[in-house]
Amino acid sequence: MTRYVLRRIAHAALLLTGVSLLTFLFTALTPGKYFDEMKLNPQIAPGTIAALRAQYGVDQPLPARYARWVSGLLRGELGYSFAYGAPVGPLVGVRARNTLLLTAVAMLLAWGIALPLGIWSAEREDRWPDHLLTAATGALLIVPDLVLALGLLLFAVRSGWFPTGGMAAVGAESLAWAARGRDYALHLALPVAALVLSTLPMLVRHVRAAFLDVLDSSYLRAARGHGISRRRLLYHHALRAAANPLLSLAGFSLGTLLSGSLIIEVVMSWPGLGPLLLEAILARDLYVVIAGVLLSTVFLAGGNLVADLLLYWADPRIRAERAGT
Amino acid sequence: MKLPRNLWAWIVALAAMHAVIACAGFLAPYDPAEQDREHPYAPPTTIHFRDARGDFQMRPFVHPLRREADSFGQYTEDTAAAIPLRFSVAGARYRLLGVVPSRLHLFGAAGARVALLGTDGFGRDQFSRLLWGGQISLLAGLAATALTLAFGLLIGAAAGFRGGWTDEILMRLAELFLALPWLYLLFALRAFLPLTVSPLEAFFLVVGVIGVVGWARPARLVRGVVLSAKERDYVRAARGFGASGGYILRRHILPQTASVLLTQAAILAPQYVLAEVTLSFLGLGVPEPAPSWGNLLANLQQYSVLTSYWWMSLPALALTPFFLGYLGLASALQRWADPSKMEASNLGTRW
Repeated sequence: MTRYVLRRIAHAALLLTGVSLLTFLFTALTPGKYFDEMKLNPQIAPGTIAALRAQYGVDQPLPARYARWVSGLLRGELGYSFAYGAPVGPLVGVRARNTLLLTAVAMLLAWGIALPLGIWSAEREDRWPDHLLTAATGALLIVPDLVLALGLLLFAVRSGWFPTGGMAAVGAESLAWAARGRDYALHLALPVAALVLSTLPMLVRHVRAAFLDVLDSSYLRAARGHGISRRRLLYHHALRAAANPLLSLAGFSLGTLLSGSLIIEVVMSWPGLGPLLLEAILARDLYVVIAGVLLSTVFLAGGNLVADLLLYWADPRIRAERAGT
Repeated sequence: MKLPRNLWAWIVALAAMHAVIACAGFLAPYDPAEQDREHPYAPPTTIHFRDARGDFQMRPFVHPLRREADSFGQYTEDTAAAIPLRFSVAGARYRLLGVVPSRLHLFGAAGARVALLGTDGFGRDQFSRLLWGGQISLLAGLAATALTLAFGLLIGAAAGFRGGWTDEILMRLAELFLALPWLYLLFALRAFLPLTVSPLEAFFLVVGVIGVVGWARPARLVRGVVLSAKERDYVRAARGFGASGGYILRRHILPQTASVLLTQAAILAPQYVLAEVTLSFLGLGVPEPAPSWGNLLANLQQYSVLTSYWWMSLPALALTPFFLGYLGLASALQRWADPSKMEASNLGTRW
């Protein structure tokens, strides 16, 4: 067990190192562009810009910059934002928390809906409820998430039932906790709905396929013959057997979810990583971009790690495989 | 080669949709950049079939719009004048398919603007911009798909055929590209490229960025095919007869990757069109005044547009038929290429 976990963690760490190197290689395309735009301003002396470049270390070659950034990272610093004139860490931290909140709620909700729906559909294979659901997921699948988000935003603006941006109403801190919770929930509703709707069709179809594979296996027929209740049969025996592809999908779908939330956050002005990253790109704010990209990888690698561990717990075949080697 | 009928149906449907966009110049009544400052945010023009006395007219007509005094975007129809709608009229110059110079447009009206989908803040015809924008968005998506598949084929074939450390390095690199959420990777690369560029440069930039970012998945698939093909008896036989590596690759192995590449193309094309739309929507793609589906939608980022001008959101619907077409094509292709994987074909993925 420990060896398996350690190996997965080492793998994730290696992946992160690789991604950070890759991002730094990208930055080599335009080092220090932020200060180049300052050069156009006649009120800033060339000496000032040179001093700033030296202060932020962008005049150094790429390996030196990378070494400097890594040594900062080991001290818990993510670099310095040019545009905000503040350390990147706290800046990105708050936004990352908001993105995590959004994606976590959306993920739980999406799986909570997809699992029963997919099982229900698989049970009725090739009958009209199944066809209806396949058509419905197909219809959702052809609506791009950008369009979905814009549609929901339009709905919110027209109906006036939901707030159209931000995370909390002005002055929400002074409200009683019940009212505050309601306020948060209302602000969360639309971005979460957009994210859930955009990932749901894929999840439902995978759950359905995984259960179809399991449902006509001989051991389930035997279990049914023993008179085990439908509920226990599906949610205990079949679910354990179908868990393997679904857990891999859960890890994989996290990437989809993060990419989707990037757009949805911008459209719905949810104060997550998405809008920050976009601002940073437009302002050429190098280290904010790197931190944002890297954090998204941390989330994805973390999600995959959890999925791997769950897989280890859920699938005896994997445990046996490890024990054998 | 005999293709199943449903595959043909999807191919024909998609070809028809692309043909409509390719003929944008003829179908669109106006030049996409042509402004009409007198009519900002005009609602879609109503096409009338009944005249003032209620009699049915064979030739549909429109009423010119009159802006109400001291208002912005409040219009009334001037029912005194009825301007007949004419077909194949001369209008703005364009090049059909980028080659044939022409002035012929499918429809138009002399003396009044016909804006089927309304106009934007500069009084530009949204219908014309939608058609012309489709050219940029679709072309960008398709070109990026071709680029990605070329990279994927090259890298996957190299990894699978060479094996050893080449394989090891290339596949570890692919893992890195897959470890990042797709859109974040796209943003990361876009972030470090120039921001203010001309529409043409931006187009190539967007194609390049999208094309470079997605190579990992097709490369892995191609590698798998190459690995299994390499061990076939006829490949061993060819090698035994002294065939060179390049010959074997060209003659025996690469043709086998065709079905994987085709299926990948059908899956990637809509994603990449959407990627262009997303980038342009966020202001990182093709800039104004060139129209693209992304910067048409970008208008919706203004709250006032969202609340007051409903026709501005109509361009969003243009994406769905293309998505439907490509989704159908992808699953029909997968079914055709590998009937045993019927189920896997219609699962659907999003990036």
